Amino acid sequence: MMIDYDVIVIGGGPAGLAAANAVSKDLRVLLLERENRLGGILKQCIHDGFGLVRFKEKLTGPEYASRFINDLTDEIKVKTLAFVSRLEKREEDYRLIYVDREGLHTPTTKNIILATGCRERTRNQIFIPGNRGSGIYTAGTVQNLINLLGICPCKKPLILGSGDIGLIMARRLKLEGADVVGVYEIKSEPTGLTRNIHQCLLDYQIPLYLSHTVTKIIGRDRVEAVEVSAVDSKMQVIPGTEKIVACDALILAVGLIPENELAEELRLRMDPGTKGPIVDQNMMTSESGVFACGNCLHVNDLVDYVSESAETAGRAVAKEYQSRELLAVNIGSGLAYLLPQVLDLNENLNNLVFYFRSKERLGTCRLILSIDEKDVWEKTYAQILPPEMERIKLNLDKYNLNKNNKIQFRIEVKG
Amino acid sequence: MKEIVCIICPNSCRLQVETEPELKVSGAKCKRGVEFAVQEIFDPRRSLTTTVKTIFPDYPVLSVSSSGDISKELIFPVMKEIRGFVLKRAVRIGEVVISNILDTGVDIIATSEVRITKEKENETI
Repeated sequence: MMIDYDVIVIGGGPAGLAAANAVSKDLRVLLLERENRLGGILKQCIHDGFGLVRFKEKLTGPEYASRFINDLTDEIKVKTLAFVSRLEKREEDYRLIYVDREGLHTPTTKNIILATGCRERTRNQIFIPGNRGSGIYTAGTVQNLINLLGICPCKKPLILGSGDIGLIMARRLKLEGADVVGVYEIKSEPTGLTRNIHQCLLDYQIPLYLSHTVTKIIGRDRVEAVEVSAVDSKMQVIPGTEKIVACDALILAVGLIPENELAEELRLRMDPGTKGPIVDQNMMTSESGVFACGNCLHVNDLVDYVSESAETAGRAVAKEYQSRELLAVNIGSGLAYLLPQVLDLNENLNNLVFYFRSKERLGTCRLILSIDEKDVWEKTYAQILPPEMERIKLNLDKYNLNKNNKIQFRIEVKG
Repeated sequence: MKEIVCIICPNSCRLQVETEPELKVSGAKCKRGVEFAVQEIFDPRRSLTTTVKTIFPDYPVLSVSSSGDISKELIFPVMKEIRGFVLKRAVRIGEVVISNILDTGVDIIATSEVRITKEKENETI
């Protein structure tokens, strides 16, 4: 029985697009996207700053996406408004069920590339008590409403969370005439990129309140106010600091979570640090022939690196694979996560790209690679902070690694 | 001495700018950072990205960007001007939507495109 496709890419955002384009041209590709247009989250990211690394240009989200959409060859089969509801591993292949306007389809494929992106954390997940009136939105929802539907859903918003989307939306709302009350952040440091603090908040005189959070929502049919409170260094509310702040919307920018229902259906091994699947240097997961890339693998700051990891996955797709010899990449002090989490010793160990984040803000420090407790390589940084993911490129074949070696990355503060 | 964070690229270099006794910029990892710092001291400018209303039901608004940086103090007047505009023709990425806005020498250009296809015209919701 002939297998329908050599690879099915699930997700038509920047990761899925780059992955599909990178697959060898002699392989049969199907790209499935659940919205009615390709581009993923980039469609609504109308601000610029995309592509600085990859194209050395400052593009807006839609412009960045269009470069990859225009690169899709006619041979790549694309289906929009196609929702994958089931993924099944069988002896010789994978079988998918997806639904589109024509009905139910059950294609088979040798390989899968998961490019399912991420979703936003909601009010319920962070347990804010109070009323449930209208006017409570995640930042991405407001971005979609304003930038794609032309609707501004509020006049006096208060933003919880200083991640990039919160900062970008603070500026967007101010430009659209809203009176932005302020951005409140539970941590003592902002979580978005430094340049966004400057070009979104400082430039527009939007106040930033660190070590604060929203402890209650007030307003029966519509948000009328929120109660904000100061928190201590352990992010616990300090009693007596509650203040009522008037607003007509609470906008939540409180975290992105990789969307991995399909990964879990396949029972892929997951990394609690990234909240995504564990992958090797080819972005292949614990299941042979299943790859993951983009934000479902780990939440990225720069779409340029999404494209890079997606192309690594796309290029690695083949009809057959030799068995893998996997060596764990351990992480020590200072690292929140590092990927790839395993290395296939039977594959190329040159020009390996690693992505990582530190646990906390650090001044001058070193990233150190050790093999069997002996330090073999290091790189110095002037500073590292969690909101700014780092990327390094290394050649490891010179160490003649075998499955009995113990390799570990760690960060040490200098001096 | 003024401290500025460069917003040109993800490095977010922290720059120190001195104007007395002469102009000096330190902390920049590249030339563009130095240029940014100088501009920032004398005439801070920003790029503007926003949307314009359209007549197309499938694209009620279309994303646009300024073709160059605009003086910070003109950002809100330019936004007001853009709010009064309605796009009535299908455009491609890079096409000028509003030319020389408020006489700044900067154009407002489309960053998305309106795709009207035969399929869509026949589609009923």
